[in-house]
Parts: sequence; C-alpha cells; structure tokens
Amino acid sequence: MATLTLRDLRKNYGPMEVIKGVSLDVADRELVVFVGPSGCGKSTLLRMIAGLEAITAGELQIDGQRVNELGPADRGLAMVFQSYALYPHMTVRQNMGFALRLARVPRAERDRKVDEAARILQLEPYLDRRPKDLSGGQRQRVAIGRAIVRQPRVFLFDEPLSNLDAALRGQMRIELSRLHEELNATMIYVTHDQVEAMTLADKIVVLQAGRVEQVGSPLDLYHRPENLFVAGFIGSPQMNMLPATVQEAGPSGLAVALASGTRIVAPVAAGSANQGDSVTLGIRPEGLRLDPDGPIGGEVRLAERLGGLTLLHVTIEDGRQVTVQIEGSDLTRPHETVRLSVNPVACHVFDQSGRAFTHLLKHSLAA
Amino acid sequence: MPSVIVLLAWMIVPLVMTVWFSFQYYNLVNPEAAGFAGLDNYEFLVTDPDFWAALTNTVILLGSVLVITVGFGTLLAVLFDQPFPGRNIARLLAISPFFVMPTVSALVWKNLLMHPIYGVLSVAMRAVGLEPVDWFAQYPLASVIAIVSWEWLPFALLILLTAVQSLDHEQREAARMDGAGAIAQFFFLTLPHLSRAIGVVVMIETIFLLTVFAEIFVTTSGGPGNASTNLAFLIYARALLQYDIGGASAGGVVAIVLANIVAFFLVRSIARRLEV
Ligand SMILES: Nc1ncnc2c1ncn2[C@@H]1O[C@H](COP(=O)(O)OP(=O)(O)OP(=O)(O)O)[C@@H](O)[C@H]1O
Ligand SMILES: [Mg+2]
Repeated sequence: MATLTLRDLRKNYGPMEVIKGVSLDVADRELVVFVGPSGCGKSTLLRMIAGLEAITAGELQIDGQRVNELGPADRGLAMVFQSYALYPHMTVRQNMGFALRLARVPRAERDRKVDEAARILQLEPYLDRRPKDLSGGQRQRVAIGRAIVRQPRVFLFDEPLSNLDAALRGQMRIELSRLHEELNATMIYVTHDQVEAMTLADKIVVLQAGRVEQVGSPLDLYHRPENLFVAGFIGSPQMNMLPATVQEAGPSGLAVALASGTRIVAPVAAGSANQGDSVTLGIRPEGLRLDPDGPIGGEVRLAERLGGLTLLHVTIEDGRQVTVQIEGSDLTRPHETVRLSVNPVACHVFDQSGRAFTHLLKHSLAA
Repeated sequence: MPSVIVLLAWMIVPLVMTVWFSFQYYNLVNPEAAGFAGLDNYEFLVTDPDFWAALTNTVILLGSVLVITVGFGTLLAVLFDQPFPGRNIARLLAISPFFVMPTVSALVWKNLLMHPIYGVLSVAMRAVGLEPVDWFAQYPLASVIAIVSWEWLPFALLILLTAVQSLDHEQREAARMDGAGAIAQFFFLTLPHLSRAIGVVVMIETIFLLTVFAEIFVTTSGGPGNASTNLAFLIYARALLQYDIGGASAGGVVAIVLANIVAFFLVRSIARRLEV
C-alpha cells in the first residue's frame, strides 16, 4: 500500500558524485529491480531510500510525502541485507521480534506476529535457535522474516541471494516471487544477477555509473533496448554486436553492410541515418539460425551443448566472433563451416553514440 | 622431554618450598626457633587482623579497578569508534599510560598530581578556594585504586576498541532500520558483542591485580596502618620487614589459593561464553 517517488536524487561522497540524478516512480505492489555493473551505485541508491545514507540533493517521497529528513526507522521500510545482518546473540524469535520489542508492542501481539511470519517462511522449527545454528538459506529466511514482521510499507533487498549456492538461489527466487504475491507488498530489489532481475521484476531499472540507462519491464528491456549498454547488459548469452555501415534507408527498414560486405536489412526507422554512417548491428543469439542459404558464412569454433539448448561460437567472414543459440541438441561439430541467416525481429541498430534506432515491428510481448 | 621436566621443576620447586616453609617456624632474626610448626603459621595468619584487612583490601582493589576500567573502557571504546577530528591522536594518547612503568606512574601520581602541597590537584583546589586534601593519608586505598585504574584503563580500552570495531556494520544498520537509537544499539548490539572481550579483560586484569605491589610500595607503603595493605604487600612486609618467612609463606599459599579460585570461576564463565 505504498508508492515511492524519486525526483532527481543525487549523492556526493566529498567531491565525487556517485548518484547523478535518478528519477523513478514505483507503483503500489510493484517489484522493482535495480541492476547494473559493480560499483554503479545500486546499493547507494537503495541505502538512500532506506535512510542509511543522507540524500545530497533531490527529493524522495513515500506515498506522496517527502521523507528526505526522516530517519531509517520512521520511513516504514524494512531492509534485507546481503550478509543477513542477524543479531548473533539473539534467537530467531528475538531477531524477528526485535523491532516490535523496541516499538513496545505487547508480548502477546509480538509473538503472534512472529509466529505468523515463521509460518509463512516455514521457520517454525527453528524459532529458538541462534543464527549460527542455521543454514545459509534458513538465515536468509530469518532476515526476510525480520522484515515481514514489521509490516513495512516497502521492502528493500540488497543482493539477498548472492551468498547462497546456485540451487538454493533458484529455490529462494521462487520463494520470493511467492512472497511478493502473498504479501502484496511494494519491493525494491538490488542484484547484479540477470536471471534474478528477469524472473522477479515487474520493472527493471538499469543503472550505470550513477545514472538510469533504461526503465521497463524485463521483456521490454530484452526486446527493445534503448541503447548499446542495456542491449549488452540484458540477455545471456550476450547480444552479438557487429560493426556495420548504412547502405540505404527504406520504408521497410535500414539496410546495413557488415565489414565482409554482407547486406542485412533491419526493420528499424531510419531516423536521421545517412548512407555511409557507421553503426552497430546487434543480433540476439537466438536471432541467428543455421541455414545453408544464409547470407553470413563462418566456421564453428566451439559448441556448447546444454541439452535443451546449443550454443555455437562461430567466427564469421569478417573475423568477428558471434554466438548462435539453437533450440534442442544440435550436432554441428567444431571446425565445420556453416552459413547463418538472420531473423530481422531480433536485429537492433545503434548509432555512433549508442542510441538505438526505433524498431518498426511491434513486439508481441514487449509493452 | 627433558625440557618439560626442567620446566616442571622450575614451576614446582618454588611452590613446594613455599608450602613447606608455611608449615615451619622460620624467622630470620630468631634462628633457634626452628622446626615443624604444623598449622601454627596459618592459625597465626587467620587470627591476625592485618591478614583479614589485607584480604578485604585485595578484593576491594580488584573489584573497583575492574569496574572502573571495564566501565570507562567500554564507554571510551564506543566513543573512539565514532569518527571525529583528531581521532587517531586521541587514541594514541589514551593508550599511552600503558607503556609507563608502575613505579614511575605511581611516583608521578604521588608527587605531581596528588601531593598535598605541590600536586596539581591541590593547586587546582586551592585556586578555587577549597582546602586541599592529603590523598594518600585520607583516602589511601582510593588513591591506590585511582593509580592502578589509570594504568589499566588503556589495556581495557585497547582490547575493547578492537572488539567494537569488529562489530558488523550491517548489523548496526539493521538495528537502525529496526528503530534502535544509540542507547538501544549499545545495550542490544554493542554490549553483547563485547561480552567476550570484557571477559578476556577481566581475566587478564585479575591475574595482575591480585599482585599489585609497586604502586603501594611507592605511595603509601600499605598505610596508614593497614589501610592500603593488600596480600602481596602483607607478604612482603612479613618476610622482609619482620623476617618471618614461615608466616609470609602461609600468606603466599593463601594468595595462590585465592588466585586459583578466582581463575577457576573466571575461566569457567568465559569458557561458557565462548561456546555461545
Ligand atoms: N562511503 C563511501 N565513500 C566514498 N565512495 C563510496 C562510498 N560508498 C560507496 N562509494 C562509491 O560509490 C559507488 C557506488 O557504490 P555502490 O556500493 O552503490 O555500488 P553497487 O552498485 O552496489 O556495486 P556492487 O554491485 O559491487 O555492490 C562506488 O564507486 C563506490 O566506490
Ligand atoms: Mg552493492
């Protein structure tokens, strides 16, 4: 039951500006994920929202109220830390009930709320243990439980799963999705893990060097990246980036030539592109197909067979390396020569400053 | 193996001799009165009011210094953990008394600070129109406690400051989010986190505080009367001022037993805490 508004938020550490004007609207019950490379300011932004870092400039509103000056406890938020930050000398029950105890909530009510949270998180058998007697996943759940008990307006998560092993991470990811649904809460989630961002988010905010690069739904970002950075950052394996030259602009798209001379027509609005401009052609790995009549020739360097998927690393005629993602188990062997065709829908063109040309085709899934 | 035997002998021989002498009549000025004394030395000891006064003084000295050093040490450790300008210099200054020899610091306190005529304290008191106090005559034990505390506070501070700094800052932030102010953070986070370090400080200080000697020797010589005599000083007085080796040995045995009792309880309580 809470909305969050960031208006041109800035943060300076001494003379160094770390957050360089971030504006964002978080709707009620939305799960927003901040992603970006290490050091881009994700944690700093989250901690500014939490009240743990002072806001240098700009305004932060919760439910339309300015909260810049409020302390962390008065903003009605709860945070789950990467290290869990459980109180080591308190039992699970005391950990979860600590905020209520400080708020002088009567014992009976406190116990009821802790029991309720423990039930949701399946922590009932562990209530009287201390954190050191719990597994990593259980500690993580206690940290989440400590947040739930307070019934905060907004949940904040800073890379909560990064200390867990891969299997547990997958499990907790599903658990968090379920929790988000069950609690109907507004959540902000910081991660540098693509899969977490794509699977959890209603809305992803891509940050780089203290600036927002793009905001949108996961599929929005995947299918309609606004710039080279987002195109390269979202998606695994990465989008193939090939240098190209504009040949002609037509109503059905922009015709570009690769360094090898291969001509490809991408369905994007030509905008201000002129013949001869250098551009970057981006093709998602699943946009390339093996096709004996395809326009691009190359040699397979390496084949990664994952069972349901096959990734071929191919060196194409102009010497560049591209990744081709094929459904199923493909049996192409290294050192075979292959020809590739391009699915125009998976093509993106970026100008020299990195901005994407607008796509002409409306993607069925992207907003 | 031989080294272990040498080491053992080195530890055991004085102990056995002390126990042996404590059952002998052995007075340096009266060599004729020698021979087995049975429990006479002990009887003499426990019926000697000086002994009980010394025992009480030892315990008071130990307890007060522990309370003062741990109390102020914790407080200062928390303060010195906050960022403020000149923090490093302040830390260095606070630690430095630890490097002063007990004899020297006692002399400094006696002659520069607490001297009834020239001491800084009396000068200051005269300056504001108060009657200066002859500290070592009027409050002998309290004065010794002040000196010893001053010497041991840096040690406590050093250990506790290190411990405070090892407190996970995310835990502190979690507590802030949970609504804990500075005081709640201190009692619910810092103090439990420090409990182990406090245990270590108490244990180490106890071992040394049971044998405080130089400070008393230099300042009050155990007086006036027996007002600031502790066990260590009593043994010294018996042995070297009254030449009663038997009686002194009995006092020594009592001191050893006392130290072991204290150590036993301390080690047990700390061992239990280490498990948690
Ligand atoms: N207290 C501080 N003083 C000075 N600079 C800081 C401070 N805290 C963070 N920074 C700088 O701010 C930038 C953003 O840091 P932040 O921790 O927000 O990155 P992040 O996006 O969370 O990275 P990661 O994914 O590695 O956690 C970094 O360049 C960091 O060096
Ligand atoms: Mg971070």
